[in-house]
Amino acid sequence: MIRTIKIVKHQGKQFIRDLQNVNLPDLHTGKPVISGDPCKPDCRSCKEICPVQAISTQPVSIDMGRCVFCRECIVCPEKIISFSNEYKIASNEPGLLKVHSRTGAITFNPDLIRDEIHRMFGGSLKLRLVSDGSCNGCELELNASDNVNFDMSRYGIEFVASPRHADGVVVTGALVENSIRALELTYEAIPAPKIVIAVGACAISGGIFQSSKALNRSFFEKHKPDLYIPGCPPHPLTIIDGILKLTGRIK
Amino acid sequence: MSFKIIENNSAIPMQQIPVLNYEAFFEASSALLSREHCHCVNYYAVPESGGLRLICCIADDHTHKILVGSFIRSNDDTSAIESLTNRHFSMHIFEREIHERFGIEFSGHPWLKPVRFPFDKKDKNSHFGNYPFYSIKSHELHEVGVGPIHAGIIEPGHFRFICNGEKVLHLEIHLGFQHRGVESLMPIHKSLLQQTILAESIAGDTVAGHNTAFINAMEALAGITVSENIHISRTIACELERIAMHTADLSALCTDVAFQLGSAVLQSLRTIIINTFMIWCGNRFARKLLRCGYEPYPLTPDLVNKIRQNLDTFEKRYVEVMDKTMDMPSVLARFDNTGIVSREQSRMIGTVGMAARTTGIIRDIRISHPYSFYHQMTHETITLQGGDVKVRAKIRDLEVRQSLKYIREMLEKYDPVTNEDTFPVPVSLKPDMFVVSLAEGWRGEICHCAITGKDGLLAQYKIKDPSMHNWIALALAVRNNDISDFPVCNKSFNLSYCGYDL
Repeated sequence: MIRTIKIVKHQGKQFIRDLQNVNLPDLHTGKPVISGDPCKPDCRSCKEICPVQAISTQPVSIDMGRCVFCRECIVCPEKIISFSNEYKIASNEPGLLKVHSRTGAITFNPDLIRDEIHRMFGGSLKLRLVSDGSCNGCELELNASDNVNFDMSRYGIEFVASPRHADGVVVTGALVENSIRALELTYEAIPAPKIVIAVGACAISGGIFQSSKALNRSFFEKHKPDLYIPGCPPHPLTIIDGILKLTGRIK
Repeated sequence: MSFKIIENNSAIPMQQIPVLNYEAFFEASSALLSREHCHCVNYYAVPESGGLRLICCIADDHTHKILVGSFIRSNDDTSAIESLTNRHFSMHIFEREIHERFGIEFSGHPWLKPVRFPFDKKDKNSHFGNYPFYSIKSHELHEVGVGPIHAGIIEPGHFRFICNGEKVLHLEIHLGFQHRGVESLMPIHKSLLQQTILAESIAGDTVAGHNTAFINAMEALAGITVSENIHISRTIACELERIAMHTADLSALCTDVAFQLGSAVLQSLRTIIINTFMIWCGNRFARKLLRCGYEPYPLTPDLVNKIRQNLDTFEKRYVEVMDKTMDMPSVLARFDNTGIVSREQSRMIGTVGMAARTTGIIRDIRISHPYSFYHQMTHETITLQGGDVKVRAKIRDLEVRQSLKYIREMLEKYDPVTNEDTFPVPVSLKPDMFVVSLAEGWRGEICHCAITGKDGLLAQYKIKDPSMHNWIALALAVRNNDISDFPVCNKSFNLSYCGYDL
């Protein structure tokens, strides 16, 4: 008993009280920052090095839905591209994930949030995960979102064991032919109204697997995600922030 | 000897790999595999003009060498060849994979079933709907199907149990749901950065392990040697990853037996370790950290101190909670004698890594085929006897403590002041070469084999995750256990779905 008390005492309080104002280490690769300086004429160094074709040049913009956050594009000779440690980078519209020199904070498009989402899921949201051609990285961070540090369930947001108990499906991975039927069945089994959340570069764009023949991304053509959470993998703080914004818990 | 003898991470010209006829190949590999200290690390087929070249790599733990041999099979040849699995059961998965991908019949193979339903499979009519499950016609027995989507945040896979009441008689594991075509993408991606990121995405929980194997292979093919500092930091990354994942699995094991204290404390302890990666390279899973030929994130004196501090904080609380956990009667009642894999079974199916070491078998690439900084370290493999869930938890505990010691020793040897080699170097691979790269990830032996073409680009890439060997150990472990003990058995192995499905 004394040993247990000691362990609990040494454990202390591990949870992060305010998830909105965490200062992550400077090296954390969050939202890109693009200066307004013009590119060197004919320079395509960032575009050429990008492993996932996330960058367009003249002027520079980075699509965070494709980005795997490898940070290699900071090779830019004009130092136009850098990365901040800003973790609030989720959005409900893919277009808003394209960062250019005039991009401030990543925002949501309120018109795309269906009426029932705030009303029905604002207080409690139960989710079902389907991992569909992922590398397990996003799953590790989704698990971490509800660990003793981040404690997502304080907001009533939890992962449940059956689609019948769920309000929505979280999809990770590049969406592959071999899992597409399981994903469709899971979606069908969730009672309406329901939401779809795409987590990670692979889910949003196919990521590093975008040119693979094993992919079948038809699911997202039929069921457009309500929320896109970029990252490779996304930090738990990014995941929680995105879900809270979608459900109207925070602005 | 009819097989070519090579070393881990030493590239050889393709034409030096001996080509035998199948009978000679069969006898030579069978003779090698009969030795207790030899095991197959990879056996796979490569399309060549007019046929297939089948390459077999066998690791010898005593001589620290790898033996490579091959045979050629013409496309016109449709006859069955004799199965090696008949004599050496551990070969079953390799022959199944070759059969699925290229349609070669292996006569006498007991279980020539699909492995992962790859997009480029030979038999286009084979799909998830017609997987040939083993079944028993009986009124007393019943089947339980679980998955592919499981009740939690976990990857997909299908488990089919045959039970007698609550007792599991048989479990068949059917995977492939995560198949992304990693091996075929490797040569399609032309830039080294793309290939490196792909290697990091083979299994997101073994980023440092798989990336080390990839980088070592590329450096061998390009003839690049790197400084001792780089070897040290790579090895530190691999050992940190081992600590992080073992701690996460110990936490999950506590969750499964409803020991909340252990679960919560170990979760937060894992956070300390992966946040160490975050301050080191900006990613919690060591992505970006390891690169071919250079060190993008060298350790600074400040960082070395922070890592030491984190290890100290971790260790103090870790020792306390693990000593308590392994002392708890309620935990031990669930762990002890649950999910036993015997030494004989383990040897027969060819388990690797941590799972093999819980059955008294010394199987550890760090000592048998050292790479990176393991050459200079005096590494002692931890082996235990018993092969049950308790022993698999215990070995994780001991390996975490060992890795803490190793990292501290390596931090002493690392020179954080003169950081050279922090910029990318040109990497051009030599044409027509072959390399085998073995690494010991936290699960066990990782094997990458690469072949370059005439143009000096990657032509073929073959990946083997330790889970390829070990999934069948889980299937054997649950036999004669209550089905309710399946989750704790599964967690005690924590095998990779994506590393197997590729």
